[in-house]
This record gives sequence, structure tokens and C-alpha cells, in this order.
Amino acid sequence: MNKFTMALAATTTLLAANTYADDNVSTLSAVKDRGYVSCVIGNSFPGFYSLNKAGEWQGMDIDMCRGVASAVFGDASKVKFLPVQWAQSFTSIKSGKGDILSKGMTWTLSRDTQQGLDFLDTYFYDGQGFMVRKDLGVKSVKELKGATVCVLTGTSSELNIADYSRANNLDIRTVVFDDSSVRNTAFFNNNCDALTNDKSGLAAQRSAAPNPSDYVILPETISKEALSFAVKQNDSEWANVVKWTFAAMIAAEEFGVNSQNVEKMRADSQSPVIRRLLGVEGDLNNGLGLPQDWAYQVIKNVGNYGEVYERNVGPNSVLGLDREGTLNALWTHGGLMYAKSFR
Amino acid sequence: MIQSSTSKSSNRTGLLNNDASRAVILQAVVLLLALFGLWFLFANASENLNRLGMTFGFDFLQVTAGFNISWSLIPYDPSMSYWRVFFVGIVNTLVLSFCVIVVGTIIGTVVGILRLSDNPLVSQLARWYVEIVRNVPLLIQIIFWFTVVFSTLPAPRQSYHLGEWLFLNNRGLYVTTLQSAVSWGWVLLLVAALIIALYGLFRWSKSYYTLSGSRSTGFYIGLLFWALFACWALWFLVNAMTLSVPSLQGFNFSGGAFLPASFGAAFVAMTVYRSAAIAETVRAGMQSIDRGQHEAAFTIGFSRVQSLRLILIPQAIRAIIPPMTNSWLTSVKDSSLAVAIGFPELVSVFMQTSMNQTGRAIEIIFMVMGFYIFISLLISYLLNKYNDSVQYKVR
Repeated sequence: MNKFTMALAATTTLLAANTYADDNVSTLSAVKDRGYVSCVIGNSFPGFYSLNKAGEWQGMDIDMCRGVASAVFGDASKVKFLPVQWAQSFTSIKSGKGDILSKGMTWTLSRDTQQGLDFLDTYFYDGQGFMVRKDLGVKSVKELKGATVCVLTGTSSELNIADYSRANNLDIRTVVFDDSSVRNTAFFNNNCDALTNDKSGLAAQRSAAPNPSDYVILPETISKEALSFAVKQNDSEWANVVKWTFAAMIAAEEFGVNSQNVEKMRADSQSPVIRRLLGVEGDLNNGLGLPQDWAYQVIKNVGNYGEVYERNVGPNSVLGLDREGTLNALWTHGGLMYAKSFR
Repeated sequence: MIQSSTSKSSNRTGLLNNDASRAVILQAVVLLLALFGLWFLFANASENLNRLGMTFGFDFLQVTAGFNISWSLIPYDPSMSYWRVFFVGIVNTLVLSFCVIVVGTIIGTVVGILRLSDNPLVSQLARWYVEIVRNVPLLIQIIFWFTVVFSTLPAPRQSYHLGEWLFLNNRGLYVTTLQSAVSWGWVLLLVAALIIALYGLFRWSKSYYTLSGSRSTGFYIGLLFWALFACWALWFLVNAMTLSVPSLQGFNFSGGAFLPASFGAAFVAMTVYRSAAIAETVRAGMQSIDRGQHEAAFTIGFSRVQSLRLILIPQAIRAIIPPMTNSWLTSVKDSSLAVAIGFPELVSVFMQTSMNQTGRAIEIIFMVMGFYIFISLLISYLLNKYNDSVQYKVR
């Protein structure tokens, strides 16, 4: 009866193969049990996520994930980064492998409604642009008739360019790559006339070029790219944690709290809002299921939004992007960064 | 204790003690388990999808795709549906695989035979070719050919060219093509009619000749008519055909036919890789023939080529076909690696771009898997039929 035992073994294996986590367990408890936050990023996007010389991840997306880890554990190092290709981003969240998608992902209607994701906050407002070699003498995207453009698969850029080309009758040919390093090599080897990406990304690629001054970024912005966090759909508890961690970074900047003075502020500040934010008074942490000093930990370990911006994409960083007067400035400076009330 | 299945023995003999019925029952149990397993996986997936508020279905295939595909043999534009994208991917995959299979098999056969050459220089060269190529992963070879060879060709404005007919640059290869005012179907029909008429004429005259021993005048009259018909057809076709010459306009060439550099790189890398694997198959097949066959062929004065063509290869083919089948299947599956260098084959356009836009991971993977399984079964069916036809006939 050997075959019967084999069949029996096969059945039990099959039953054991139900690896899906029980979805009734919220992500927050799962993260607490696991002891670290699992953060889905991409391979390399300087300014947002890239490996530094010491082999550590750095960038805006990285800091956001460290912020969430600080809020939950009071320790910015309790986070693991999962670099996945664009095409696997959604699946990794759906399957529960990752807790937060933070990889310069544009918030779009179809992604929000058809991918099993909930988008939360926009932490960087961007738009798609084009980079070309200077010696082409091109001044505008409208002159790219019949040009070949390199693009990354699975990005919103890939669709925007098709729309734009159809709308303006440009007959642009796209060459699609699934790995940004192969795409960049192709562009720098003159295999495409132009490279298209979010403008912040173009700035990053240009800085990595063998000879940055040979390339120009064309003035037009052809789309709205709101880079936002996403988490698994229908998990409000976890969504709240991510949402309010980000809000705490903005609020801290509004109130003038930063990683240097947060210690002093917690001890001396008389402002009720700051005291509530830093967990000196009030019970704002209860509804979140986080420790009393969660926001204090976020600001102490990672900094406020302004610090995160300066460090990773600001004028002195590799991307050199000015903040004043852009959408990424605080609402008090004409931008769109606005934290809801901490009360 | 062995029981014959025909014996009607005592009531102690249950269904399970009878060989024939036991086999049936066991297979039924295994089948049920397999079906249960499939149902279980399916139910599990759909339950999890439902929990995320997603439904399983193929309606999305009618939706407009909205993205561009850089190279397609069948007409495509972004306003077409995902169905169309699926077929564009299939056609591109098949074209690439087909070219690789044909050229890789030819090169592989030659290299495999060269490995058995008596000239040590030739056989060692062939051996090193095979060893080096087989031991470097295919993906690395594809990226190497693309970034090191094809992308370093000159830009479109400095193309290598053959007169005004052919241009080679880092975007790909542009060749002059014939454009026909009448549809290609009619052209093919006309050419086929010409060939069939000539063949029929010769067949008929030959049978007449063997019966009567002389050429009939009918044959010459027929040939005259045929020549007139052929002249008219030629005149008609020359008038209907125009040349479509690629010319540089702005950023790119227009007119003619275009093969992208990514196709070139994928084709070269995969062909080289495949030919090395096939060379080994061929060598093993040749070495499986008894040494006496070589000597016998040599003894009756056959040249090396004759003995290969008439004695050795026909026998070796029996040992070569089964592993060759496997090689061909692998070629089709390997073509999915071309996604790395931006060649728009099935995995690239359907499993990556479309999957990202629609989020229909399960349905899309089903379709892609179904396609690969279908092609694999088709190739092995055809080659198995061929294999049956070349086996020793035992009557």
C-alpha cells in the first residue's frame, strides 16, 4: 500500500501549503510579533533609496520606513528593506511579504482601486519629464517627433508617455526595460534619444552620468506624479500608524521641532500642541496602539520632514532639488505639505 | 501471492486484491487528490482575493491597453485591447524562438560534428567554444551582447550602411523591403501556380517518356505556354511591386523593415548558447554509433561528407532527437529572458506591463503559463512523431 501512503503524504503537504497569514490578524500586531517592519522598496533610486558606501540603505523612502519603525518600536533600526522590481511591487504587499510600499510609487486611481492597496499620504510631489543629450539641440518635448525613448516597465511613466504621444501626435517609440541600470546604460550608450522618468529621478540619473553636463532635462512636465505610501487594503489600524507617523514629521517642522532640539522641547516646551505631539500630555497614542512617546522617537531618530528632505533630495544632496516655492514646501510657504491636527 | 485477474476466487477477494481493479481505483484516487489540490489552491486564492475586494475574471482583456509596444510584427497601437497585447507578445516570442531554433540547430550540428574531427586544432576549438558558452549563464550573455556589442554601434546618423538599402545602427537594423500593390496572398498564389504548373508538366512528360520512349510535342507546346504565362506574371509583379527604402527622417529611419537591437542581441546570445547545447547533443549522438560504421563507410570509398550524410547522421538522429526536443523547448522558454534588454516579448508586454496596469496577476500568469505549456506540448508532439518515423522498423 505504498502508493496510498504517498497519496496521503501529498494531501497533508497540500493542506500545509496554505501559507497565507490569517488576515484577521492586523498588520500592526503582526509587525509587533515579528519584531521589525518590512518595507518594500526598489533596487536603486538615488535620493529615495540607494545603498551608500557602507552598504546601508539611505534616502527619503528609507527614512519614512525608519520613521514607522521608530514609532512602533522606538528603534529606527528595526526595519528590513525588500528591494523588488516594479512589476512585483503590488504582489509583495498583497501577499503580506511587505507591510509598507515606499518606493517612489505614484498614486493613481487604478492602483488605488484595483491592486488591493490603500494609498495614504503623498510625501513628494513630482512630475514626469524628459532628459536628452545636449548635442541633439532639442529645446522642447514637442520636438521629439519619432524619437525613441527609454522607460522602466510597470511605472506610470510608461503609460503617460503613450498618452502624451497620442495626444500630441508625436509617434514616440518606447523601449521598455525592467531594470533601471540596464535602461540607464542603454540611454548613456545613445540607444535612445531620450530618457523619461519623474523629474527627481532624472536629476538622480543625470548626477550618475559619466558626464552630467552633456545632458539637459527638458522644461515640460507632462504628468502629475504624487509619490505616496501604500499599505494593504482594508487595514485601517496599520494605515493610521503610517499616516500619523508622516503627519508627525510635518507637524514637527511646523512647530519648529527637529532632531536636535526635540530632547529640549520635550523637557521645557510650554506649548500644549508640542506637549501633546511629543507625548508629554494627552493620550493621542492610545487610539494608534503605539507607545506614549512614539512621535518623539520618530523625530529623534529620523527628524522632521524638512530634515528628511534636506538630507536626501535637498540642494546639498545628490539630487540638488530646491524646496522653496515647490509643492513640497510646507503649506505655510506655499506648498502642499500640511499636517492634520494633533488633538 | 499472485492472483490471475481472471480467477473468480472466494469472497475474500475484494476489489483491492485484484490487479486490474486495484490499478483503476488507485488512479481514480490519485486523480481525485490532484483535482482536490487544484480546487483547494484555486479556492484559497479566490478567497484571499475576495478579502482584498478583488474578483477573478478575464473581462479586463477587452480593456484598452493604453501603452506603447516598441516592436510588433502584427499591427498594434495603444488604443487596442489587452487581448491584442497578449497576441503581440506571443508573436514576438515565437519569432525570436523560431529564429534561434533554426540557426542554433544548424550551427550546433556543425560544431558537434567538428568536435569529432580528426584535426586536433578544429576539435579543440569546437570543444572550447562549447565549454565556454555552456558555462556562462544565458542572462549574462544576453546583457553582454546588448550592452557591449549592439549598443556600442554608431548612432542613427552615423549608421553603417550598404548603399541606400540597409542601415545598421544602435537602434537596430533597417532593410529595404518590397511593397506590393496587390495583397501578398495573390502574389503567393501566382508563384505557387507557376511552380505547380511546371512540376505537373514535367511529371506528365516523364511518365509519357517512360511509356513511349520519346518526348511528346505536347511537352514543348506546354513549355512554351508556361514561359508566356511566366513572362506575364513577372511583368505583372514587377509593376505591382515598389521598393520601400529606409530613410533618416528626424530622429529615426522610416520606411523599410526594422529589427530592433534588442532582438539582435537576444537572437545572437540565445543562438550561441543553444548551439553549444545542441553541439553536445549531436556529438553524443554521433559517438553512440558503432565504430565499425565509420570504417565500413570508409572502406567502400565514401568521402567523409558522404559517409556523414548517408550513413552516420541517419543513424545518429535516433539518439539525437529526444534531447534535441528538450533543447528546442528550452529555447522557447529562454526567450523570456529577453525582457532584460527591452525586447517586447510575452513576459515583458503581458506579465510585466499589463500585469502592473491591471493587477490581474493570477489570470495573466495562467494565460502565460498556458501558452508556454501549449507550445511545449506542440513541439514535443511534432518531434516525437518525427522520432517515431526515424526509428528502426521492426516488423
